Amino acid sequence: MNIDHWQPSATLETLKKRAAMLAQIRHFFSIRNVLEVDVPVLSQAAVSDPYIDSLTVEYRSFTEDAVQHYYLQSSPEYAMKRLLAAGSGCIYQMSKVFRNGEVGSKHNPEFTMLEWYRLGMDDQTLMDEVAALVTCITGIEKFKRLSYRQLFLHYLKIDINTASVAQLAARMREQIEVSGEYDRDGWLNLLMSHCIEPQLQGAVFVYHYPASQAALAKLTSDRDGVPVAARFELFIEGVELANGYHELTDAAEQSRRFAADQQLRAELGLPQRPQELRLVKALEQGLPDCAGVALGVDRLLMLALGKTQIAEVLPFDFSRA
Amino acid sequence: MSYSANQLKNGLKVMIDGDPCSMQQVEFVKPGKGQAFTRVKMRNLLTGRVWERTFKSNESLEGADVMERDMEYLYTDGDMFHFMVPVTFEQYAVEEKAVGDAVKWLKDNTVCIITLWNDRAIVVTPPNFVELEVAETDPGLKGDTAQGGSKPATLSTGAVVRVPLFIEQGEILKIDTRTGEYVSRAAKA
Repeated sequence: MNIDHWQPSATLETLKKRAAMLAQIRHFFSIRNVLEVDVPVLSQAAVSDPYIDSLTVEYRSFTEDAVQHYYLQSSPEYAMKRLLAAGSGCIYQMSKVFRNGEVGSKHNPEFTMLEWYRLGMDDQTLMDEVAALVTCITGIEKFKRLSYRQLFLHYLKIDINTASVAQLAARMREQIEVSGEYDRDGWLNLLMSHCIEPQLQGAVFVYHYPASQAALAKLTSDRDGVPVAARFELFIEGVELANGYHELTDAAEQSRRFAADQQLRAELGLPQRPQELRLVKALEQGLPDCAGVALGVDRLLMLALGKTQIAEVLPFDFSRA
Repeated sequence: MSYSANQLKNGLKVMIDGDPCSMQQVEFVKPGKGQAFTRVKMRNLLTGRVWERTFKSNESLEGADVMERDMEYLYTDGDMFHFMVPVTFEQYAVEEKAVGDAVKWLKDNTVCIITLWNDRAIVVTPPNFVELEVAETDPGLKGDTAQGGSKPATLSTGAVVRVPLFIEQGEILKIDTRTGEYVSRAAKA
């Protein structure tokens, strides 16, 4: 701890703008009749995604009692879906979420996420609403839309439907030295984050992610009949801002994806964490057809104010926390 | 001392494929879905090569025992260049390869930054500005101080720089070693 770093990392002027923006976001949902909820950030279950490490918290019923492990949530997704299955209707949450080890100019282990779910919408119609919110906060009005396949064709001249793993690896190594080997999605992720994202200008929605990167999205087909994920992301000036799905509602498929994540965790030597089986139960009960999206509020503010470091929009960044 | 890719930061020196390298730009890359990487722009301290490499966040790297010290240039024996640490009088013999382009600006008693790796000198960085005497140049044009135009001048170290037309042989000039350009006449002592 550096005791000379007692002051905030953001200016007070920025913090006033931050407060105004949070109020604007709440107003945006209030006039659309989307209910604000406040699900727990501390849960007995952890996210299944092998590449997101949850922070573990020690809970005791009394001081000398045995420790029970709880997990700080990396997104309110699981609990919000349990609410949706319980009949909540359209909901949003704006709260702190936590991700272990993520520190950088655009990452802070504790950050503010805005997540919302809209009944009857799909990934395409939800993109319209994300655009409306971003316009309201930043004034940006032009949004491009490209499928994941179009994006790779346009920026790297690679057709992901036909390129081999070796071709993806070679294309990556042309630009940046990489140690180690990766699977197909590993190389796609590397190309996306190292070679494409830095080239993206303005606001770009990328949709129809590979079926293997569906996470919690439904599968659908593109115009050529190739299976793709009903998942989208929004990038602004190359910064990943939002990630959305036409939500998976099939309990059996959800259970299968949890098991696949746990399997991959075992292969990678990552900790096995308790899975959110209550979500599977909720899906069995019935999740209404809906689309949902998570958006990084701190990054949205960075874009609105032209800041390059996340620390500049947080009262105290991780180094001062 | 070893570091995980997560701990890399600007200025850190690590061993890459057997060579000491300095981190020049470090960026944490983590898509919402997908693995975390540390993308680094590095400089190989032996070859000077600058390139980009990306590391998995759990990859581990060996730290390089690299330090920088101010040393005074003494002389060359035609083979090695000899430097001395002013406070302790320790002397280091430096290979021509490590001196590199700095040789153009070396005169007796010039204080340079010497990069040591396992106590072996691998890079010589001259001061940003040096003052050197003009050994040879065409006769100066009297009164021509405002007009543009320049001519080559050979300095006492053998370096050739472009100088304004009014500069005479024997004058002391201030040179920016980073660009190799003439700055001004040296202030009179």
